[in-house]
Amino acid sequence: MNVLEHKIDVDHNAASDMIQYVTVVIGGQLFGLPISQVHDVFVPESVTRVPMSAPEVQGVLNLRGRIVTAINMRRRLHLPPLEEGQMMAVGIEYKHESYGLVIDTVGEVLTLSSSSEEPNPSNLDRRWAEISGGVHRLEGKLMVILDVDRLLGSMFTEPSVAA
Amino acid sequence: MDDLLREFITETNESLDVVDVELVKFEQEPNNATILDNIFRLVHTIKGTCGFLGLPRLEGIAHAAETLMGKFRDGAPVTQEAVSLILISIDQIKDILGELEAGEGDEPAGDDSELISKLEAMSAKADAAMAGEGAEADAEVAPAEADVAEQEPERALRPGEVSLDELERAFRETEIEVETVEAEVVETQEITAEADKPAPAEEPAAAPAAADVKSAAKAPVKKPDGETGEKKSSGGGVSNKSIRVAVDTLEHLMTMVSELVLTRNQLLEIVRRHEDSEFKVPLQRLSNVTAELQEGVMATRMQPIGNAWQKLPRIVRDLSQELEKPIELEMIGADTELDRQVLEMIKDPLTHMVRNSADHGLEGPETRRAAGKVEKGTITLAAYHEGGHIIIEVRDDGAGINVERVKAKVVERGLATEADVDKMTDAQIHKFIFAAGFSTAAQVTSVSGRGVGMDVVRNNIELIGGTVDLRSTPGKGSSFIIKIPLTLAIVSTLIVEAAGDRFAIPQLSVVELVRVQTNSEHRIERIKNTPVLRLRNKLLPLVHLSQLLGIYEGEHEEEAINSDNGFIVVMQVGSQTFGVVVDGVFHTEEIVVKPMSTMLRNLGMFSGNTILGDGSVIMIIDPNGIASAMASHASSSVAESEEDEQEGLQSKATSGQSSISLLLFRAGAPEPKAVPLSLVTRLEEFEVSKIERSNGRDLVQYRGALMPLVYVNEGDRHKTEGTQPMLVFSDAGRSMGLVVDEIVDIVEDRMNIEVGSERPGVLGSAIVKERATEIIDLGFYLPQAFEDWFMRKEMDIASLTKKVLFVDDSSFFRNMLTPVLKAAGYDVTTCTGPQQALDLLEDGEKFHAIVSDIEMPEINGFEFCESLRRDPRFRQIPVLALSSMVTPASIERGRQAGFDDYVAKFDRPGLIAALKDVFSGEMGAAA
Repeated sequence: MNVLEHKIDVDHNAASDMIQYVTVVIGGQLFGLPISQVHDVFVPESVTRVPMSAPEVQGVLNLRGRIVTAINMRRRLHLPPLEEGQMMAVGIEYKHESYGLVIDTVGEVLTLSSSSEEPNPSNLDRRWAEISGGVHRLEGKLMVILDVDRLLGSMFTEPSVAA
Repeated sequence: MDDLLREFITETNESLDVVDVELVKFEQEPNNATILDNIFRLVHTIKGTCGFLGLPRLEGIAHAAETLMGKFRDGAPVTQEAVSLILISIDQIKDILGELEAGEGDEPAGDDSELISKLEAMSAKADAAMAGEGAEADAEVAPAEADVAEQEPERALRPGEVSLDELERAFRETEIEVETVEAEVVETQEITAEADKPAPAEEPAAAPAAADVKSAAKAPVKKPDGETGEKKSSGGGVSNKSIRVAVDTLEHLMTMVSELVLTRNQLLEIVRRHEDSEFKVPLQRLSNVTAELQEGVMATRMQPIGNAWQKLPRIVRDLSQELEKPIELEMIGADTELDRQVLEMIKDPLTHMVRNSADHGLEGPETRRAAGKVEKGTITLAAYHEGGHIIIEVRDDGAGINVERVKAKVVERGLATEADVDKMTDAQIHKFIFAAGFSTAAQVTSVSGRGVGMDVVRNNIELIGGTVDLRSTPGKGSSFIIKIPLTLAIVSTLIVEAAGDRFAIPQLSVVELVRVQTNSEHRIERIKNTPVLRLRNKLLPLVHLSQLLGIYEGEHEEEAINSDNGFIVVMQVGSQTFGVVVDGVFHTEEIVVKPMSTMLRNLGMFSGNTILGDGSVIMIIDPNGIASAMASHASSSVAESEEDEQEGLQSKATSGQSSISLLLFRAGAPEPKAVPLSLVTRLEEFEVSKIERSNGRDLVQYRGALMPLVYVNEGDRHKTEGTQPMLVFSDAGRSMGLVVDEIVDIVEDRMNIEVGSERPGVLGSAIVKERATEIIDLGFYLPQAFEDWFMRKEMDIASLTKKVLFVDDSSFFRNMLTPVLKAAGYDVTTCTGPQQALDLLEDGEKFHAIVSDIEMPEINGFEFCESLRRDPRFRQIPVLALSSMVTPASIERGRQAGFDDYVAKFDRPGLIAALKDVFSGEMGAAA
């Protein structure tokens, strides 16, 4: 719920070059998603497997009458599966379709100035660099910005024939 | 944008489509005054409305076009040039309208003076041409002029306001409509005579008739003063039978009904669990009402297929000119109705097919004359209902499909070998028309042959659950038969279970359900491990759904169908009938198909997904996908069983990571030597007396040919008495015998070459069965038997220049396969892992192909290939998978990861052939 409250604030701060991020943790690493892209946070339940799909696709699930494609971020980042505990998911929209990024936990909302943003370090694992839009230096830790367009865009193997 | 303008745009667009069609007709029958009147009236209305709404650009063009058409009406000769010019003007008007709509009502800036001056010049020409025969036109000049005269002093009125002029004009136009009707009904009547009658006298009778004309002629000529029209209609005592509803409203209604169906299903599900519930009766009622409501809403979405055909006459006309072939377009069954969603989706494929027929199908007039046909080619479009389907046929009376040319192309493109092609029936050959990247047109014309061809058409049709078939008779023509469902929105499905998951199979393709038990009439039988079902004197091939979907959970896939106890869903897709074995069958359910997200849309096995009564999501099986997977599954299981045969000697099949079967033997020295068993063709023992010496080397007669013997160490000799064991290696009809002292054992072990070797003939040493063992390098010995062993067919000039990157973490395979690849003439670079390979590629090293192992630590082959495919720079490089695990599921997984081919690790000829294929395919595509 606090996500939504913060979401209202975002309109007031829009003028400055401050960006609000919803932070999530995947395999111990802090990631940030621009708040404008996050639609909801939910617990992924009764996920239907999709045979023959890409390994990072966990399946499809029913979120209030909409069918959401769940993407397991641990698998996407080539991390071992979560041993115990309940996974969480953030709902995002990409090209008018609903996707759920399955992550470990959802953190807080941070308002960060773009001045503390830095490009990806050149020695970052290629598979991570692919979906990272940069890094924010926070006190005591680093936050990797999840670039949703690149994350999902790269998973479309080829443009659909119908399009 | 205000409502008035929106309505104007919709109506004008409709009118323009009609004008398009009518103009093409008119060109063919320039003397048909009815058609001309119709066009004239439509353009006139557009012009009038534009002035009314203050759209000067549109008005300018429409006016100039109208003037030109006025000349035709006055009797000027109709030329093709003039009609083309008018068509161009219509296109221009459409463009402006499009921008108008996008621009929220602001007429876009632009200059049409060139077009207008052309139109004017044409009008002047028409005048000149007419001068000679002007006398005839007298009767008509008067009303035409009157029209134009009233047109000018238009000023913007507020919506709802109606000027006297408008009213009068409305009446006059109404009258023209009546004329049209009468002219149609009473064909003999002369329009000229009617036009002269005084307008007001006809008014009362005219109004009701006009209402009918509107729907009949599909040319709604509503005036901007719509209110006037309506008032008049009601005044005449006829209420309007139809209303205009926005598509969005209908879509929304449909979605709501879909939700209602889902909710009803949920309720039914609940009631099913409670045997006698008081809800039962009212729910039954609700269910019926829902069904009727659903039907009703569906009906509102139905549209005549003619709407999808509307643009075709114009297209055919343009093509006819461009290709210089006279073509007639015949349309049958244009009033056949289907869901507008389906309609939208077949529009483009249909257009493409008609273009194709015109371009490839029909011959030029000379050829036609020579073949004894009429010069004018005919393309026929026919639509009709059949069962729950609509059949659309696109037929031409051209030359038919040239089977020989298709064959040649198929071979050239590497889609099949010459031998395969020869065995195929004509119908099978025809199917290649739908293969990707196939186009038989010798020349690429502007019309078709751009490489995106019938495969796209087929894909689009299959996307909506349809099929497309082709029949062709040489010399008589060909016809494409498209079968599509009436609607996509709601499908009746059978819910089944496989490997613990539920799936929905559309009932349309389910023929029957068979329950098999050991003692029942129906039993699963096997022909060499291939399960089949005997059903009413027919043998049905069987496959388990979990196998097809690659989700089988047990150890041995072939045991998926075992217990002689299960359900078989007999499916028919096209002409293919087969049985899909499932673990359980639940019930049938009407489901609302929801499209899958774009990310999953490339999965051929599913056509969509939906939310079931219990709120869970279920995947909907695509019968077409299952049918094609069934076909490929069959062929891969054949391949597998052949492999099994070869590995008959092996104690166990190779399995797991880098654990392989090794043949241990001794030769020349007491320490053991080893060679991968799968490379060995046969183990033989020969009587020493059979060994002959000729040309300075030892030979044996083996299977009707001479087989040279090779010794592990130079200077070794064969035994002097008894029998001599040897390992036989065969390839492409040649054999070599490697003389050994003793065959020790066959072991399955991990093979890590720990100490490399400088000595030729030995790859290195590894620990096998806890002893240091020499692994011999076959690549060294083979050329000793035949110097050209590696040099023959495999060598080809083109391959010499090809650079291949070979990625494998196991040094053994690197060492073993590198010489093989090199021997085949490739320039090989090896990498110990994907990371190194990526670094190389990143550094700008160029490779023509990549061969990659699958089972590797850190990054496996699938991931490696996926990351290559994601990078636009490397997307085009062919990548072959090399794996010790070759199962349909892993092949499918490989295909998804983006591998071009999947080769078993020890299948050396297979690897060379696959590489060759990749390159020949590449060259074929470039040619």
